[in-house]
Amino acid sequence: MALHTGRGFACINYPIGMNLGGDPSQALVHSTPDGKFKVTLSAIDLGQGMKSVTRQIAAEALGVPIADVYVDTADSDTGPHDMGSFASRGTHRMGNAVIRAATEARRAMLEAAAEELEVNAADLETDGKGNIHVKGAPSRSITVEDTAVAAQFNQGRTLAGRGIFLIPPSEANADTGEMSPVTTFAHAALVVDLTVDDETGEVSVQQINSAYEVGRALNARLVEQQLIGGAWMGVSHALYETTEPYYPARDHMPGDFVEYLQPGPGQVADHHIAILERPAEDGPYGGKGPGEMCANPVIPAVANAVYNAVGVRCDSLPITPEKILRGIKANGGARPQGKF
Amino acid sequence: MSSVEFRKDLFADERDDNLNEIGKPTIRQDIIGHVTGRSKFYDDHLFDGLLHMRCVRSPHHHANIRHVDTSAAERMPGIRRIIRPSDVPHNINTLLALINFGRDDEQLLSAGRVTYKGEPILAVVADTERQARDAVAAVRVEYEELPHVLDVEEALKPGAPTVNAEYPNNSFDYHDLYDHQKLRFGDTQAALAQADHIVEGTYQMSPIEQAPVETCGAIAAPEQNGRYVCHTSTQALFFSIGVTAKLLDMPSSQLHFIGGTVGGGFGGKVDSHHEPLAVLGAMLTGRPVKYMWDRTEEFRVGAPRGAERWRIRDGVMNDGRIVAREFTGFFDSGAYTRLSSYAIIKGTGHLPGPYTIPNVSSNVYCVYTNRTPATAMRGFGITGVDFAIECHMDKVAETVGMNPIELRILNAYRDGDMKAHRRVAKNCALIECCQVAAQKAGITLSPEAMAASSKEGGGIGWRAEVPETAIDDMGRIGDRRNREIPPEPYGGATQRGSVPAGTRGEAVVAAEVQDPDMQIDPTRVGHAVSQAVGQPAPPTPAPQSGAPIPAPVPAPAPAPTASAPPPIPAPSAAPPPQQPAPSAFAEPGAPAQPQQPYKPEKPFQRGVKRPGVSRFISGTRRR
Amino acid sequence: MPKTPIRFTLNGAETGVFANSGANLLDVLRREAGDLTPKQGCAQGGCGACSVMIDGELHLACLTLAETAEGRRIDTVASLETGARLHPLQKAFAEGFAAQCGFCSPGMIMAAKALLDTTPNPTREQVAEAISGNLCRCTGYEPIINAILTAAAELRGRGAA
Repeated sequence: MALHTGRGFACINYPIGMNLGGDPSQALVHSTPDGKFKVTLSAIDLGQGMKSVTRQIAAEALGVPIADVYVDTADSDTGPHDMGSFASRGTHRMGNAVIRAATEARRAMLEAAAEELEVNAADLETDGKGNIHVKGAPSRSITVEDTAVAAQFNQGRTLAGRGIFLIPPSEANADTGEMSPVTTFAHAALVVDLTVDDETGEVSVQQINSAYEVGRALNARLVEQQLIGGAWMGVSHALYETTEPYYPARDHMPGDFVEYLQPGPGQVADHHIAILERPAEDGPYGGKGPGEMCANPVIPAVANAVYNAVGVRCDSLPITPEKILRGIKANGGARPQGKF
Repeated sequence: MSSVEFRKDLFADERDDNLNEIGKPTIRQDIIGHVTGRSKFYDDHLFDGLLHMRCVRSPHHHANIRHVDTSAAERMPGIRRIIRPSDVPHNINTLLALINFGRDDEQLLSAGRVTYKGEPILAVVADTERQARDAVAAVRVEYEELPHVLDVEEALKPGAPTVNAEYPNNSFDYHDLYDHQKLRFGDTQAALAQADHIVEGTYQMSPIEQAPVETCGAIAAPEQNGRYVCHTSTQALFFSIGVTAKLLDMPSSQLHFIGGTVGGGFGGKVDSHHEPLAVLGAMLTGRPVKYMWDRTEEFRVGAPRGAERWRIRDGVMNDGRIVAREFTGFFDSGAYTRLSSYAIIKGTGHLPGPYTIPNVSSNVYCVYTNRTPATAMRGFGITGVDFAIECHMDKVAETVGMNPIELRILNAYRDGDMKAHRRVAKNCALIECCQVAAQKAGITLSPEAMAASSKEGGGIGWRAEVPETAIDDMGRIGDRRNREIPPEPYGGATQRGSVPAGTRGEAVVAAEVQDPDMQIDPTRVGHAVSQAVGQPAPPTPAPQSGAPIPAPVPAPAPAPTASAPPPIPAPSAAPPPQQPAPSAFAEPGAPAQPQQPYKPEKPFQRGVKRPGVSRFISGTRRR
Repeated sequence: MPKTPIRFTLNGAETGVFANSGANLLDVLRREAGDLTPKQGCAQGGCGACSVMIDGELHLACLTLAETAEGRRIDTVASLETGARLHPLQKAFAEGFAAQCGFCSPGMIMAAKALLDTTPNPTREQVAEAISGNLCRCTGYEPIINAILTAAAELRGRGAA
């Protein structure tokens, strides 16, 4: 009876955005009289950080401080159409719509500032701190606030923008499956180290070393949130979660959190992450959307590590102690495969 | 303790890392609300006179409803309304009607027949949740139990009980032609015959509950001017409005949906089941109505990530090159379609995983069984097959005696490679992820594996080409009702044909901006862009779907080896002659129709412009 | 349905409500007393989103009969702020990215508060133990554990000053 260590590897790519396109997102941006910007959406923040990442995108595209941007979502009376938060489409689709809306608003803002400074709008740039100045001549400047006041009260101009992003719909071919599924893919690879107790069948994930390629981490900490939390969910899927433990039979369905198992705070494995950024051409600032893909490589890596530890291939999820013990028994004992 | 590092050294030449706000660890806009408990989730809106809704549900996998007696329940205290299927103005829908995909197959409240344990047949609205629960328990329903089927492969056999009346063969109809989605690239059968090793495996996902800590629900209340406000946990606000408008046959202008602060979703809050019922309750009672699942409902009748079964057969050479990969996939959709049919197309586009393999084929089935309908969950359409592929890659590595990471790098897709869905790979980074993860774990890779790059070695010779492809007509809709047919690619095919090498359409890219003012300045996007980005999209690229199978080419079945041997990849292999991309599928030859295919009663409707369809839906998505 | 008058101190303020007989404390706090900060995730005692302090001890409001709150002191996460200033736990959760959807946060923070009230210098294991009755589906717990340790350090610093 012993604890066996095992190591498993898996790597994946993940399609970003709704398959075959046809999923528009719209955004509206407008300025208050004192140069604060409202971004109005119908996107859903279910924890992934939609409000926060669109706020950062809008601030970047407008060229104003983040504190001067607020995202209002999701009220169908004010926010324009969006397909929703699913299929890793939120950042990619809505991010692009926000960029376009903010770009249009920025044009108007620079034109208003140009009129006040009596220069050409093309010669102006923003400093990201609330000022607009002539390129190469920072002293010839006007604040965003003064620009907004002038635009609204003197020039009769809106500092506003509309944006929509759409990958036009396409179809899959019936005979060959030819299709344009998505325009960009995120990537990940990871190594799981775990132990398997050959007496109880219990698996304990010890450490995860991973590399995730996300296009661009639009907010470093939001990405970290997804990767750490997503990998936790991957471990949970691999080892614990099922609504039908003896699928396809429907017996023993859990009805509460006592019967539906997940790793608790005492079972958190150390996870060492490297983030790679290869910008997607059509991603907002190159960003791809890490939210869905992060759990995927963990599941097969755990399965491969269990095989590495005790020589039992669990090709059906979840990898329960029962399955491991039955496998060990069938093999006549644990068969460690040796570290690679 | 965990750690995070940024490998800014990789792909550095493709990025501008000096942006103003992008990349900063700015704290979340919503975080103060979250930590003070003041963020308003849907259930945090208080209404005077709020009523509570609970559903009467089927206790059987499959049964006819013989008789419903609500008389005792109606007399109970606090009962305001019992909502029946006949109270739903347009009681039939399918979620993907919003993109004109598939046929309406699911009632909001089911009449006549139930097809899974937990299917709702009545909704009770009462002053308190307790009263609603008591009344639900007092409804007497007489059922006539029917035979049921729970296993996906059993469901496809002749004689299996029909689960979904709209799809009587227990499988979704693809392209009005087949009972599965096909992928054909090269000729896997010929390549398998020449491989050094055949590696096979079967992989089974389990149904998994999204389990957000906030359960799904909605509160609807009459607003002024005949409108209804609905606070909802939906993940897709306009999706839910569209479904509600259609089921309740009302203009979307009467609906005011508010959400956007959701207590976790993970895919489980797309189905838009609560919003129409809550709004209907508010319409019928004139009062605010809350319909919220309890935790047990969330687990048992909330649509899970569906179970998937995948079989993979690889042809592998001694040096680790995978020359052929065949998939057979079964998605357990449960009793209704919801989103599974579409996830299968997503999954098909994902095959064979992030690898460049010259011959790939797959058949994937969306199967109806007598269980809770499945729906989306984090990684939908991909998670299950990635589990299968990556477990399988380890089996391949073991078979040829290779380090599993080096095997993946050897077969990894690279910029310029042709993917099995006939589009060119770009922006790849799998190899770099493998190298970095190995490094972090202290795994030493061979110098060749460490020197590999996603940017080099791809798109050369056969790697860039679409091969001549063997196709077949197997699995026409309804065929499996008459006889058992092997579900594998080419299994039991009676007609074979081929598509010439080089056949493909153009990639679909983003639509052009409608106004030059919205065109982002290329110097402000923060990364390298090719000229293609921002240019108008190429006109209508993808080949027509649903086109009949091309007439078999002269070289007849069943010997596919004659003219074009499958390209067993070798670095020196000369590229096949470049062919212009003829629209082989768009020009129908005489459709091969060996036997009269199954015809559904109603013709297949891609559009939803039919009576009873919501005026909200103006979709022109599918040609 | 008969109503029962119940009086208690909620976040320092005298509060009186008429509750349905047999109602649980969570419903009464949310619907009758208007404190929406405790959340209902399961009403089965399984998720901890409704965690509140009753006379300084951590309880699950969904499993507490409202009548038993008579005369007791009840504190929810709304008791933590002083004026516009966040409590160190709230600050650490916000700055440490220890919340995603935020639904479990009020209960999680109360569980952490209960720990730090009795154990100002907890180990990592003690923190994990203390929040083991509180489910989070988003974060993987690690940022939450880190935030609680950060807050504990800040609170100890204040005590020393």
